[in-house]
Amino acid sequence: MTDLPLLSIVTFLPLVGAAFILLVRGEEAVVARNARNVALLTSAATFLLSLGVWAGFDNSTADFQFVEQAAWMPQWGINYHMGVDGISMLFVILATFLTPLCILSAWEAVQKRVKEYMVAFLILETFMIGMFCALDYVLFYVFFEGVLIPMFLIIGVWGGARRVYAAFKFFLYTLAGSVLMLLAIMAMYFEAGTTDIPTLMQTPFPYAMQIWLWLALFASFAVKVPMWPVHTWLPDAHVEAPTAGSVILAGVLLKMGAYGFLRFSVPMLPEATAYFTPMVYVLSVVAVIYTSLVALVQEDMKKLIAYSSVAHMGFVTIGIFALNQQAMEGAIFQMLSHGVVSGALFLCVGVVYDRLHTRDISRYGGLATNMPNYALVFLLFTMGAVGLPATSGFVGEFLILTGAFKANSWVAFFAATGLILGAAYMLYLYWRVVYGKLEKEDVKAMLDLSPREIAVFVPLILVVLWMGIYPNSFLEPMHASVSNLIENYQAAMSVVDDGTALANR
Amino acid sequence: MYVAAIFLPLIASIVAGLFRHVVGDRGAQIITTLSVFASAAMAVVIFFEVALGKNPVTITLFSWIVSGEFDVSWALKFDTLTAVMVLVVTSVSSMVHLYSWGYMSHDKSIPRFMAYLSLFTFMMLMLVTADNLVQMFFGWEGVGLASYLLIGFWYEKKTANAAAMKAFVVNRVGDFGFALGIFGIFVLFGTVHLDTIFQMAPEYADASVVFFGIEWHAMTIICLLLFVGAMGKSAQLGLHTWLPDAMEGPTPVSALIHAATMVTAGVFMVARMSPLYELAPVALATVAIVGALTAFFAATVGCVQNDIKRIIAYSTCSQLGYMFFAIGVSAYQAAIFHLLTHAFFKALLFLGAGSVIHAMSDEQDIRKMGGIWKHVKLTYAMMWIGSLALAGVPFFAGYYSKDMILESAFAAGGGVGYFAFTLGIAAAFMTAFYSWRLLLLTFHGKPRADEYVMSHIHESPPVMTVPLILLSIGAIFSGWLGYELFVGDADVRSEFWGAAIYLLPGRDTIDAAHHIPTWAVLLPLVVTAAGIALAYVFYVLAPSLPGKLAGAFRPVYLFMLNKWYFDELYDRIFVRPSMALGRALWKGGDGAVIDGVGPDGVAAATRDIARRVGLMQSGLLYHYAFAMIIGVAVFVTWYMINAG
Repeated sequence: MTDLPLLSIVTFLPLVGAAFILLVRGEEAVVARNARNVALLTSAATFLLSLGVWAGFDNSTADFQFVEQAAWMPQWGINYHMGVDGISMLFVILATFLTPLCILSAWEAVQKRVKEYMVAFLILETFMIGMFCALDYVLFYVFFEGVLIPMFLIIGVWGGARRVYAAFKFFLYTLAGSVLMLLAIMAMYFEAGTTDIPTLMQTPFPYAMQIWLWLALFASFAVKVPMWPVHTWLPDAHVEAPTAGSVILAGVLLKMGAYGFLRFSVPMLPEATAYFTPMVYVLSVVAVIYTSLVALVQEDMKKLIAYSSVAHMGFVTIGIFALNQQAMEGAIFQMLSHGVVSGALFLCVGVVYDRLHTRDISRYGGLATNMPNYALVFLLFTMGAVGLPATSGFVGEFLILTGAFKANSWVAFFAATGLILGAAYMLYLYWRVVYGKLEKEDVKAMLDLSPREIAVFVPLILVVLWMGIYPNSFLEPMHASVSNLIENYQAAMSVVDDGTALANR
Repeated sequence: MYVAAIFLPLIASIVAGLFRHVVGDRGAQIITTLSVFASAAMAVVIFFEVALGKNPVTITLFSWIVSGEFDVSWALKFDTLTAVMVLVVTSVSSMVHLYSWGYMSHDKSIPRFMAYLSLFTFMMLMLVTADNLVQMFFGWEGVGLASYLLIGFWYEKKTANAAAMKAFVVNRVGDFGFALGIFGIFVLFGTVHLDTIFQMAPEYADASVVFFGIEWHAMTIICLLLFVGAMGKSAQLGLHTWLPDAMEGPTPVSALIHAATMVTAGVFMVARMSPLYELAPVALATVAIVGALTAFFAATVGCVQNDIKRIIAYSTCSQLGYMFFAIGVSAYQAAIFHLLTHAFFKALLFLGAGSVIHAMSDEQDIRKMGGIWKHVKLTYAMMWIGSLALAGVPFFAGYYSKDMILESAFAAGGGVGYFAFTLGIAAAFMTAFYSWRLLLLTFHGKPRADEYVMSHIHESPPVMTVPLILLSIGAIFSGWLGYELFVGDADVRSEFWGAAIYLLPGRDTIDAAHHIPTWAVLLPLVVTAAGIALAYVFYVLAPSLPGKLAGAFRPVYLFMLNKWYFDELYDRIFVRPSMALGRALWKGGDGAVIDGVGPDGVAAATRDIARRVGLMQSGLLYHYAFAMIIGVAVFVTWYMINAG
């Protein structure tokens, strides 16, 4: 391994690109063109560099890799500490993979304030990557909250008609959670005397404190996942966000909450995790069934996919809290898969939205006739969302359910009904949009995918199939970290069991 | 070669589908048809090497999913059972590919159709060659996808889309059970690899597990869950509703997917899992009862339908019921034998029906046919052969396999065996009746179609009739050829099957079936003859009789005509409530409760409080005084409670 601070370069390269764009001056059209080009080049370069992280990643160890450490606020023991393990590494790749595609998809869709849009996107990328790499709690918090700012702006400035309402709803929900998380950080700092994440993982917290800390963190992460019943910001945010905003929101931002569970709640607060597991199961199962039913009756394409996201994330939280190898790897895999598939589905919506400027499902119909390539692409991602074997969606869901069945067969039973409902709402959507008779004049005039759109979709298709047919490329980096996490959890729990056994004597 | 036989159709499908503009209609037809023919040729070789040469092999391609002890590979397993299935699938598929050249010649998206057909063939081959349950599930869902795409092939028709979606979703209900069964197997055995499971199964014969908070006999619950999957795919009673609707698809699709191959996947799966089912007598009895009920139910409905394809569809449903109750009495070999013969004669019947529909300018209602046999003599002959085989008239294929099933049920005896035998005999009577009803109404009597249609009647082109002739050879000879190998004397039979089918030591239903009383052997023939005779009376000698009968027993007739009201029932208890619940949760749950109390509520409350505080400063003295008194009262009460 080289001494190059690769993670920092990957993290801050987009910021450099953003600064560069800010310096561009001149006529509006020229500025827009330059901003697009610079943003695309920067994000593509970031993606290529991040592949270096994957290539250099050692699958055999659970330790943090590519670690960088520098003093930041030494008087309080707060450091700039970066590193990735098998849980976070692939999320970095996911973020760097989706960003250039988003920028490409917004090539023509965004016409006003192009410069600012690209800047916001690149800053967003920096924060996303930084959040997955941060190994210091304060640093994590800065990135975690920082993400909200550009996202808030993207929805509020480039969004649809009710964008201000959506942006504020999004902000209100997440803010409430963030305040509690800040309190938790302070409490942990006072208890352990450090905000260093690897150190905190080794710190045993007293049981009563764990409960409170867990709840405080849960408030923040549950909103981000989002779990039922704090999910209602998501449909609104998605509906109003511009296409690329939706892609990043569904693709990466929803993973922040679940990542928080994996990085903080489960390893640092094992006893509280065990205590609250039934609650998480219940909320997740409700999320799967409830939001699937709601998705069934949606008339707005984006809302439908947004609700399906909540259902899919319900699978993820079940997987995390089932706490065995299959379920947890399935959960991480499902997050990656959902990032690609739901991102792609939002792009599919974007394609028709760009042409007809409506998300109303009933305005479409019969697209298979004049947009056969689009029909094929959309079908593929629909099948990915439905979890058809040989697409990425299957591997994640199947592993989660396998593990969940081991942990609690009722949970697996109810969650598996999501397979039926998921098929129902996705196929119903596909039917209404793509099949049927091509009757409406304006729909007849819609053109099939442009070469630029094909260029956006091809990488996504390849990844979905790759993840479905040979998922081991993605599962192998996880094995060591996940089994280490589970071993530590079990070790902590056995200590507790011994303790209570002792006390009962 | 083994790998090529499986993957050629996939490659052809991709080429025909993605490069449709390059290869054109004819190119797509040639590529897909040639590749499936090549697969079929290789399947013959495989059958000789594996089944007759007693040389089962497993080819592991590469690792698929590894997570902890969960370890699955892409692998192709060939044993006798697989070899038979591969032979059936590729031979029928190649006939259907060829037939589609003619049948679909006027369609505007031929490459898409051919690509779907080949994709289906590939998925079906993956299903039957799976060496682990997850790959079987891949094929299982894959054929479901292909079936969805092909039923909805004419996507401009609303009914076709509805039928396609219904097929997929109802199958998903079955898959839900199948998936839970796989999870259960993994939890119990720690693996999903078939051979390992079969080896370990006897150790777990009496094991019990706690699923869903109840302690179960492990094998029973697992086998029951798997059977739910089989019920979905094979359209057994309860999950059968999608199959008749699936007839919305083009007729070659009905022949290939909804008669010969995909719908038999459930039968194949249960036969494949025989080492587990043999250890679960309760599950076997369930299989037998569901199978017998389906055979009977579907036959009753088949007797009164008027759509030529739907009659054959219900017939398929009924015949699948036969296969299942054969399995339920441990006559797996008889079930697979019937699967084989059924594939040929049912594909023949469907393609023959397609030829009729083609000749009648897309008319499917048999009430509007009649008197056309002189115009389509070849098709007419083919339909006769198919019906003779289906009804089990001696020396046609169905005679060997269906009678074997009935004899096995009788030989197995006991409540379940006799129950299945009785319903099976009743269904055999109705099978003969509806087959001849179809033949007589379609081809004989006075023409009931209008003159335009009658003047356009023509025999189908050779590209359609040649597959019919080839399939009719199968419908005539496959029973006679296969009898000894599949269900013959114990030594020949056991050598043929090898380890592919497992039977509990000492349990050999097939053997017992060779030694049952003569009257039980002859009874199926008697009822078949009676069924044919009744159809002749009803539709030739006294054509007014059926109408009078339907009038006299109107409730019964309507009950049967409306398919026992399953669709209406499901619509009431599943479809509409789901939609209503979804709407209620959306508007009520998300809208009123969560948003009302949450973000909107907080915002509204803030505004509201500010407004009220403003109102309170009314400037009226008694308002302030009243507020003060209440305040004092509350304060004093609180103080007293604490003090007391």
